[in-house]
Amino acid sequence: MFRFALVLGMAGAFAVQQPSNFTPADVEEGSRIFLNSCAACHGPEGDVVPGADLGRGRFRRASNEDELMRVILGGIPGTAMPPSNFSSRQVMSVIAYLVSLGSAKGRQPGNGDIARGRAIFDGKGQCISCHRVNGQGSRLGPDLSDVGLFRLAGNLEQSLTEPDAVILSQNRFVTAVTRVGDAVRGRLLNQDTELIQLMGADERPVTLIRRDLRSVTAETRSSMPSYKARLSAQELADVVAYLTSLRGLQ
Amino acid sequence: MIHPSIQRQLHRFALSVLLAAGALSAQVTPDRLVNASKEPKNWLTYSGSYMSQRHSSLGQVTPANAERLRMEWTFQVKSLEKFEATPLVVDGVMYLTEAPNNVIALDAATGRPYWTYSYTPSPAARLCCGIVNRGVAISGDTLFMGTVDGRLLALDAHNGRPVWNIAVADPSLGYAVTLAPLVVKDKVIIGVAGGEYGVRGFIAAYNVRTGDEAWRFYTIPGPGEPGHETWTGESWKTGAGSIWVTGSYDPDLNLTYWGVGNPGPDYNADERAGDNLYSDSVVALDADTGKLRWHFQFTPGDVLDYDAVQIPVLADINWQGRPRKLMLWGNRNGFFYVLDRTTGEFLLGKPFEKVTWASGLDAKGRPIGRNLVPTREGTRISPGVQGATNWYSPSFSPRTGLFYIPTWVNYSSVFNKYPIQYQAGQRFTGGAPVNVVPGTRGVTGINTRREEDGHGAVRALDPATGNLKWEFAMTDVTDSGILTTSTDLLFVGSRDGYFYALNARTGAVVWRATVGGQVVAGPMTYQVGNKQYIAIAAGSALFTFTLP
Repeated sequence: MFRFALVLGMAGAFAVQQPSNFTPADVEEGSRIFLNSCAACHGPEGDVVPGADLGRGRFRRASNEDELMRVILGGIPGTAMPPSNFSSRQVMSVIAYLVSLGSAKGRQPGNGDIARGRAIFDGKGQCISCHRVNGQGSRLGPDLSDVGLFRLAGNLEQSLTEPDAVILSQNRFVTAVTRVGDAVRGRLLNQDTELIQLMGADERPVTLIRRDLRSVTAETRSSMPSYKARLSAQELADVVAYLTSLRGLQ
Repeated sequence: MIHPSIQRQLHRFALSVLLAAGALSAQVTPDRLVNASKEPKNWLTYSGSYMSQRHSSLGQVTPANAERLRMEWTFQVKSLEKFEATPLVVDGVMYLTEAPNNVIALDAATGRPYWTYSYTPSPAARLCCGIVNRGVAISGDTLFMGTVDGRLLALDAHNGRPVWNIAVADPSLGYAVTLAPLVVKDKVIIGVAGGEYGVRGFIAAYNVRTGDEAWRFYTIPGPGEPGHETWTGESWKTGAGSIWVTGSYDPDLNLTYWGVGNPGPDYNADERAGDNLYSDSVVALDADTGKLRWHFQFTPGDVLDYDAVQIPVLADINWQGRPRKLMLWGNRNGFFYVLDRTTGEFLLGKPFEKVTWASGLDAKGRPIGRNLVPTREGTRISPGVQGATNWYSPSFSPRTGLFYIPTWVNYSSVFNKYPIQYQAGQRFTGGAPVNVVPGTRGVTGINTRREEDGHGAVRALDPATGNLKWEFAMTDVTDSGILTTSTDLLFVGSRDGYFYALNARTGAVVWRATVGGQVVAGPMTYQVGNKQYIAIAAGSALFTFTLP
């Protein structure tokens, strides 16, 4: 559901509300574009430029989607906002990201400590038994080396406490059953009309030929346990602080 | 001082160049264009012939030997834009366009270029959906190309030198020409894109020798013209009705047929109540005068961007026991139509894919039961904004009698709407439907697709009933056109980088190749010497395949 509402009493502003049909992939694509091309001026959460808070739908020059698209594409003459050559699809992804910012802002956890978070991640939380960071850990789950570039604190906190709530498309686990009845389970790396590629249980990538398979079933629940009861609120905040600090190898 | 032996070699080289240039000089006369399907070694128009069946009678490659097809040559283009072009082949020379508006003449047997014409469009050009070009047309020894900045160019086919270059429409207002032109007799016919910018669409014909405009048909009627009453107030001035795929032509009737795009603004009809003729219609125009002979509107008063920008496929087949001149049309709105192309009479209409925006069609082909429309909150509607099909070329095989449609299966979007005011040259859509499928050049990988995004397919329909005969399903959605041959082969590409030969009677895979990039174009075939070639653009390259 994609919708926006004019915010009464706030001229030139509109709120973009949570769309249920922007895919997490859209948001991720948008976040990469935004963080690469926009965040230098607007800040990673879009609230640095005075008078504009993009994640809360507060725009100085746009009152609807078309105008927002125009501003993103055409820039604002006489200001530091340059024109861009994004495709309309890319612009929509950026808007998807801005929408997700708005919804994620309501979920900001408290202040965490990066070093304590890392210690929990590597130790008590046993996160590296499935995840990998900068070459350390397992390949079974998603590599988190740059997760701070495209996931916001609120999203990460939700993933830790409600891992089934949002599973990014690229993080799905599937089970493929061959015609002779062998089951192969793993994280979906790639799929097309002919092939399916998984990260198998032994951390080895596997390519399966579709016509040799009897079934392919995607899991709707995350393989990750909830940390809601396993970690305290402060520990969760520490892990989130650590994850948001992960920006890839510089 | 050049050594005499080197000089002799240079002379021989010059002679071979002259011979090659001789091969470039064949004149493509109006008669050759009318009879294009009788010289299947060449591919003389965007869709292969005026009937636009994208069907070839070349028979060297068959279901029995197609598994031996192998890559013959590849030509890499420099552009990273979507590669939507179908090349022409004339007597051993291929004419290919590279986005935005370069033309390349190649030796069709080897893929080696003879010349390249480079064009830098005006920065004023603005396109909704990719800075693309779909190909050239030829007349005599002149090539014609529309440009993304709203011009029409004529080039000498021998060497790529410009012959004339005219302004068609103002790019700063959103006008562009992305389609491959259609040459009919002494005229080159084009239309203008810009349906998301509040243009007033038109189809226009220009003299092939001089570039002088011969006629112009506005797809949105002006005051006093029939159909003007289907617009309220001043809405006709920004009513869109763009033209961005190539039309067809019936020489016996002297009618040229064009599919017209969406009304503007796309998703908000508050200021344009009515049917909004001739948006989302097919128009049949006298090829000499541009006068409207008949029209058929698929989606009156559209608010879902269901452009009728499909290739008008002409077929002469028996209809209820007698031969009849027909037009077959798988529409973006999800219905398959059969029309009488002499009169425009509606003969049959049936959904070929999931349709929720209408419950059906009445006896005249007008949609009924239209309960779902864009809302402020958003409404999920099938087909989604890209349609059940789109501009991707379908094919009709006179041998199998089947009509083949590139289809988006089980696909929907959430359509919203908001108030919008026209500003010259700015987007004018009045909504932003959310498409759950990543774009063709998105950075997301193909592993992110889900069942609920829908998927692509080739659907084979029986035109007599509209019934599905078979389907070839793909994992991703499809932007590939379809080619059929008289040996009952069907060629089609996929977004996930495959190029297939299917059995046109059953849909069974006969052969496949990986082309390493998305196919966003239609396949074609030609012959040089005694060898049949199948060509397809994929990613940023053109691939050709032959038998060993």
